[in-house]
Amino acid sequence: MAPSSSSAVTLRINGETHTLTVDHRTTLLDALRERLDMTGSKKGCDHGQCGACTVLLDGRRTVSCLQLAVAAEGREITTIEGVADGEQLHPVQQAFLERDGYQCGYCTPGQICSAVAMLAEHEAGWPSAVTGDVRPEAAPPPLSDEEIRERMSGNLCRCGAYVSIVRAVSQAAGTETKAANASGVEARDTEARV
Amino acid sequence: MREFDYQRANDVPGAVALLNADPNARFLGGGTNLVDLMKTGVERPDRLVDVRELPLDQVESTEDGGLRIGATVSNSDLAAHPDVRRRYPALTQALLAGASGQLRNMATVGGNLLQRTRCGYFTDVASPCNKRVPGSGCPAREGAHHNHAILGASEHCVAVHPSDMGVALAAFDAVVSYETADGLGELPLEEFYLPVADTPHRETALPSGALITGVTLPAAPVAARSRYRKVRERASYAFAIGSVAAALDVQDGVVRDVRVALGAVASRPWRARAAEAVLSGAPAGEASFAAAADAELAAAEPLPDNAYKVKLIRNLMVSVLTELTEEAAR
Repeated sequence: MAPSSSSAVTLRINGETHTLTVDHRTTLLDALRERLDMTGSKKGCDHGQCGACTVLLDGRRTVSCLQLAVAAEGREITTIEGVADGEQLHPVQQAFLERDGYQCGYCTPGQICSAVAMLAEHEAGWPSAVTGDVRPEAAPPPLSDEEIRERMSGNLCRCGAYVSIVRAVSQAAGTETKAANASGVEARDTEARV
Repeated sequence: MREFDYQRANDVPGAVALLNADPNARFLGGGTNLVDLMKTGVERPDRLVDVRELPLDQVESTEDGGLRIGATVSNSDLAAHPDVRRRYPALTQALLAGASGQLRNMATVGGNLLQRTRCGYFTDVASPCNKRVPGSGCPAREGAHHNHAILGASEHCVAVHPSDMGVALAAFDAVVSYETADGLGELPLEEFYLPVADTPHRETALPSGALITGVTLPAAPVAARSRYRKVRERASYAFAIGSVAAALDVQDGVVRDVRVALGAVASRPWRARAAEAVLSGAPAGEASFAAAADAELAAAEPLPDNAYKVKLIRNLMVSVLTELTEEAAR
């Protein structure tokens, strides 16, 4: 086949099919934002270091800035635009709202996509770097704050909203600790402000 | 980024043929390192041959009780695999200590082995670098080298290999399988990476045009009690400044079998053969562990700003081996 610097690709995004011609250099992030008008996924570092561009490929979280669009053909892509069920927010989205899991909001779409997939990884029994005993016979680790922090470490927040992000993820996981529950007043105050 | 041709390979011979048809082609796996290096101009391929969908995504037990791991198995699938967690737990720990959840989902086993150093001079195309532009020089010895090599380096390059996974594979005698247009081949991991010498741009012993097809771990009962510990400059999501993979079998207070490999100390995952020689048959205890570490690190040639690594690695080795001994006693 003669060398070519672009290809026609068909991308499945949030259940819909999009056909477009992409320069091979186009990342999935740029295709989403610049070609398909889906600007929810954010460009932070553009080098796979910050997680702001996190999307799901076949249900797994990936950084779309290092994923070539042409190589994403045939994969089921889910972006922040596709995690809600119609008007019904995804539980992770709802938890970020209720727990104020952001400040400026730029990293939030990536945080939410990452958390959605991370909860599925935990549900599947995957250990993490802070799991004491990784053997399959060991009980799966409860999703403690330490586990959440480690598993979400690929998503940076330059505002430093980590405390609330951990709380939101914990709430979405349904494993809220007593300490987090004790701060329910704070959460209600937040809702009142919103 | 330079324009390039993109081809998706359907089978291994097809992938090898596509690569060999273009002298400046590269295989694309997860792309977590290659795409980034293309953005910065370090890599400028004419063609990418996408191998991520090749049927090399299985982890299978071998007849002798080892594991055969396909080259396109993702880092996260390998880490989560029950046989890896049960039989080679340090490999799971090493994988989970690397990168982030997102990157581990994308990165492949073959790509992890072939990832490039994160030395700041290598990744900055405005700097001289003997690895990137042979003969252009190495600013690291006189410049920023706080995370550079203390073992096996040369005056031409002091960069370290960044892989965590590779350190555990080195401890467990992994063998890398590959395919070329001429047929199949194998390389033990210890021979896979070339000595730095005066050719730091030549990193592996893979023949030209070879595709890594998998990694085989021989049976290693000792590996069932193994551990990977990594030290880095923040709690998570950073490259190591030093790491140890170790496995230990102690019976009646004596070391019966031991494996030790070190990370972030050399241009390759560093199998600590000198330390293992001291430990074999020695009483399991801090004195032996310290003597073993000292034996390994006797060859260390630290630079002014990475001398801390000698003590760091010594302490890490003693600590990890002590923990494994205590675990065995429980």
